[in-house]
This record gives sequence, structure tokens and C-alpha cells, in this order.
Amino acid sequence: MGAMNTTEVVVTGLGATTPLGGDVAGTWSALLEGRSGIATIQEDWVEDLPVHFAGQIAQEPSEVLPRQRLRRLDRTQQFALISAKEAWEDAGAPEVDPARLGAVVSSGIGGILTILEQYDTFRERGWKRVSPFTVPMLMPNGPAAAVSLEYSARAGAHAPVSACASSAEALADAVDMIRRGRADVVIAGGVEAAIHPLNLASFASMRALSTRNDDPQGASRPWDTQRDGFVMSEGAGMVVLESAEHAAARGARVYAAAAGVGYSNDAHDIVLPDPEGAGQAQAIRALLADSGLAPAEIAHVNAHATSTPAGDVAETVALRAALGDSAADRVAVTSTKSMTGHLLGGAGAVESIATILALHEGRIPPTINIEELDPGVQVDIVRDKPRDMPADAVAAVNESFGFGGHNVAVAFRRV
Amino acid sequence: MAHTEQEILDGLGEIVDEIAGVSASEVTPEKSFVDDLDIDSLSMVEIAVAAQDKFGVEIPDDQLKDLKTVQDVINFIQK
Repeated sequence: MGAMNTTEVVVTGLGATTPLGGDVAGTWSALLEGRSGIATIQEDWVEDLPVHFAGQIAQEPSEVLPRQRLRRLDRTQQFALISAKEAWEDAGAPEVDPARLGAVVSSGIGGILTILEQYDTFRERGWKRVSPFTVPMLMPNGPAAAVSLEYSARAGAHAPVSACASSAEALADAVDMIRRGRADVVIAGGVEAAIHPLNLASFASMRALSTRNDDPQGASRPWDTQRDGFVMSEGAGMVVLESAEHAAARGARVYAAAAGVGYSNDAHDIVLPDPEGAGQAQAIRALLADSGLAPAEIAHVNAHATSTPAGDVAETVALRAALGDSAADRVAVTSTKSMTGHLLGGAGAVESIATILALHEGRIPPTINIEELDPGVQVDIVRDKPRDMPADAVAAVNESFGFGGHNVAVAFRRV
Repeated sequence: MAHTEQEILDGLGEIVDEIAGVSASEVTPEKSFVDDLDIDSLSMVEIAVAAQDKFGVEIPDDQLKDLKTVQDVINFIQK
């Protein structure tokens, strides 16, 4: 049980659309196989950029959503609805009073493809040709609102924004929404759809992206000595969270308990992580206090590790500081970004799903592309091949960090 | 160039199908856009702009709100 709070929250449904697959099953099997979802972008505009590749969605929304819906939904909203549908059906399409159903769905950037396309339309053809749906498509709460509308979620729709920590924050806020008694069931997750030359140029301009153009599938290489930046990806992850009481009453299948959350902010630099990892360690300590978990009970961490020179090693330093040497010596750490690339606002949700499945299925996906492990790494990395979760494993943690200094950790416990 | 009533009806059917996903065969003169075809106000703006492109007749905002049925739009374009 949680240390402070008596309302147990459980995970009853999972949904995803990622560069590895159009659903959770496809994504999960690729993660266990150690398959990369990164590929060269087949557009002429890449020639103007230093980066020629990205993690593009495996299944286009046009394959599953009708045309007239596509034209009034931003790509973020399309991804959100596709992954929410899978999660909702996976949960058994629970019967719930709409006033007790919530939606917490984040995007790190919002409907930027709509903004850029409609600005092009405005400049070329004038204001009357700008879509009257531009505003509901570009607004950063658009994915949360679209999910709320689709499922009549009337307990509240929220869209916490914290860059690449956004969807971990969405899950964390959803847990609190249920604990506070505001909802019995919450559809929670996050999304990003921002593969566009301007966005690649913006991240490239800050030297954050890998430029390994001759080997896109080897570009995302967390903790490898030759890592040179992250790989920008698109996609979404969504979970159904539910009070344990509500789930039990309807006999729902439970993947794991959402055992606790931890938040902090580095307050160090607008983009650079604190090299001492003080803020990250604080988030883990807050998570332990909130969940009532002992450090030794954390068997596995799905790390934020994006393959940037600055962040990857500092994260392991912070983990060791927060867990203590004895627990840090035993925890098995991975970065599934080595295969998915970095889904930005979708990362925390997709990686939480990987964390939940690692506990539920007893298999930890590997980190691929490590040829030479950075000697600064302070924890045991699951590399090259998946590893069995220890039979006595209690809990696993997803960590997500974002520009702006945001640190969010979410713990899941076996049930 | 003047358009026949049938040409306008067919053109509106194509536009409504494209914008609102309502089958062109549903688009008949007596139908109300809001009540029968379930088209919202933002989609009506899109339909008016598309009709302007197709038929070369501008539908001002203050007149668009008075065009309730498919026949109203046909009449406006033919006028």
C-alpha cells in the first residue's frame, strides 16, 4: 500500500502507436527483439538539414481513421485517439459514470504541424483558406479534449506540459486524480507528432540531435561512448488507470498497480540537466516516499537516457545517489529509446507501458547499439538482449525528464 | 458562367462528402445542413469557401447564416 494514501490505483488497459508498431503488441515484440524503428526520412527537404532520419510512425492514421475525421484532427489528436481506443478496448471498455471518468493527455509541443501548415496556407492563399478547425487542432490541450469528447470523460480533461516529461506527468497527475477521489477511471498518456523540417532544424540548431546519417538504426545509442544526440520520433502511448476498487468490482484484468509518483525540478538551466543529478535524485526520493517502496524493491528502471552526451551518465549518477549503493547495485536499467527514438511528449507514456509490461511479462527489453559502454555509467545496463525479470521483483520505475528542468518518476508494482 | 441546378447540387454533394463525410446521395435540395445532414457551423464555413472556389460565387458571412437548406445554397449561387 502507498505510504500516505489509501486509494490504490491500478493499470487495466494499454494502447500505443509508435515507430515500432501500430499497437502495443507490435511495439512490445519489437522491443524484446531489439529492433530499431528509426529510418531515413523520404522527403526532399531533408537535404537542407544536418539530420536525415527520424522515428516515423509504423502505421499511418489514414489506415485506421476515416478521412473526414482526419481533416479536422491534428496528427497529435489522431495518434491520441488511436492509442486511446486500443487502451480502452484492452481495459474491456469499462462501464463508468461519465462524471467519474477523466482524461489526462499531454503533448510536449502541441499541434505544431497544424500551425506550420496553416501558416503556409495563410501566406499562399489568404485568411479565408485557413481551416476553421485550426484553433482546436493546434491547441496543446487538443489531444486531451479529443479523448474526453470521444469517451464522454466529464470528470475533467487535463494536459500537463513539461516538454519530454509531459506524458509521465500525465500518468502521475492521473494517479493523483483518482487518489483525490475526482475520478474512478482515467485515460492517461501522451503524444507527439512534430516531424517537420523546422522542428528538426530547431533541435539540430541546439546540437541535440544525432547526425549519424549513414547509420540511422545505430544513431540512438544511450550510454555508448560514441553517442552524439537523440533521435526525434513521433507516436503516442495511453493507459487506462482505475481505482483498485472499481477494477475489482468489474473483474478487470490488472497489469500492475501504479504505486506512486515523484516530481521535482532541477532549477539549474533551461535545457541542460544538472550534472550532479540532484533534481533527478530528489524525484526518485519523492517517488519512494509517495509509494512506500523501499529502494531494494525497485528491480528495474526504464531510464530517460536519450543518447545525448550530457544526460545519460548523469541519470545513472542520480539513480545511485537516490537508491543507495546496495539497491543501485541490483537494479536493472534499460533505455528503450535505443529502439523507439525519443517520442518527446509521448516518451513517458510509451516507456511506462514498457515498464508495466516488463513487470507483467517478466522480461526487460534491452538497450541496443552499445558498442562501448561509457565508463561513467553507475548502474547495471540491460544491453543487447532482453533479460528475465527476477521472480521476486516487486516494482519498476519509469523516469522522464524534460527541457525546463522537469523530472518525473512513476512507479509500478506487481499485483 | 451560369451553372444548372443539377450541376450545383452535384458539386455541393461532392463538397459535403469531402468535408463532412456525408454521402453525396444524401445531399438533396430539401435537406437542412444542420438538422438533417448534422453539419456544424465550422464545417459550414469550410463548405461555403469550397463552394466559392467551385462556383465562383462568394457567400458573405452575414448571408451564410440564412442558408439553411441545400436548396437555399443552390438559389444563392444561381442568383
